[in-house]
Amino acid sequence: MSVEPMRIRAAMVGNVAEVKCLMNHPMETGQRKDAKTGQLVPAHFITTVTATVDGKQVLDAQWGGGISRNPYLAFRVAGVGKGAKVQVNWVDNTGATNSADATVG
Amino acid sequence: MQVQRRNVLKSAGAAGVVGVAMAAGLLKPGMAFANWNKAAFEARSVDAALSAAGLSGAANSGDITVKAPDIAENGAVVPVEVTTTLPNPESIALLGEKNTLPMIASFGLMNGAQGFVSTRIKMGTTSNVRAVVKSGGKLYTAAKEVKVTIGGCGG
Repeated sequence: MSVEPMRIRAAMVGNVAEVKCLMNHPMETGQRKDAKTGQLVPAHFITTVTATVDGKQVLDAQWGGGISRNPYLAFRVAGVGKGAKVQVNWVDNTGATNSADATVG
Repeated sequence: MQVQRRNVLKSAGAAGVVGVAMAAGLLKPGMAFANWNKAAFEARSVDAALSAAGLSGAANSGDITVKAPDIAENGAVVPVEVTTTLPNPESIALLGEKNTLPMIASFGLMNGAQGFVSTRIKMGTTSNVRAVVKSGGKLYTAAKEVKVTIGGCGG
């Protein structure tokens, strides 16, 4: 499955690094009915989001369909400075994956 | 020089583990969310979701701030920000109390990740957005009511 790129930014906010990302994903809960057909739209959502800074894991998130379509996520990490490499990965319930990286600026 | 090289090796090792895990996920899609807490995310009540996630019995805490709009015109996109000053936060869980499936997300934090997450959630109707924070092995909670004028779950 082709996956659209994820947008990611990382910048120092005071003495912590703030990472912001925007992912492209329909986040279908599996509870919603198609307005035309009346059939349930199959579940299709991101289940796991992980992040690393300089290869060290900082975030291990589990999501349900309750996260909005095209998810936004921001988190903050202490003990890192400008130039640190941030990587964010996701996996969805179909096994599709995507990742993006950024350098803390 | 030595120290730097060690760091590079270490990060390469960690990235390798993630890579292998992801490769395994691609080969067997079912494995990709093997550790995903199905019981918690499919629970239809707050109590059942919290119990399945091992988050029952959290104490109310003034050290957690749940920032969300008082009124959300569109329940499909409700911005929520959770900040906690509790020491060494290990995880932050987010629940929409009256959503069909209340458990929305659980964020495990480690290696310097701060007690802060910001995201956007769906809310089916007016209810509390609840955050449950694990800190020092103990559970703390706080909630904020959001009035929803157009629901974001279902049809």
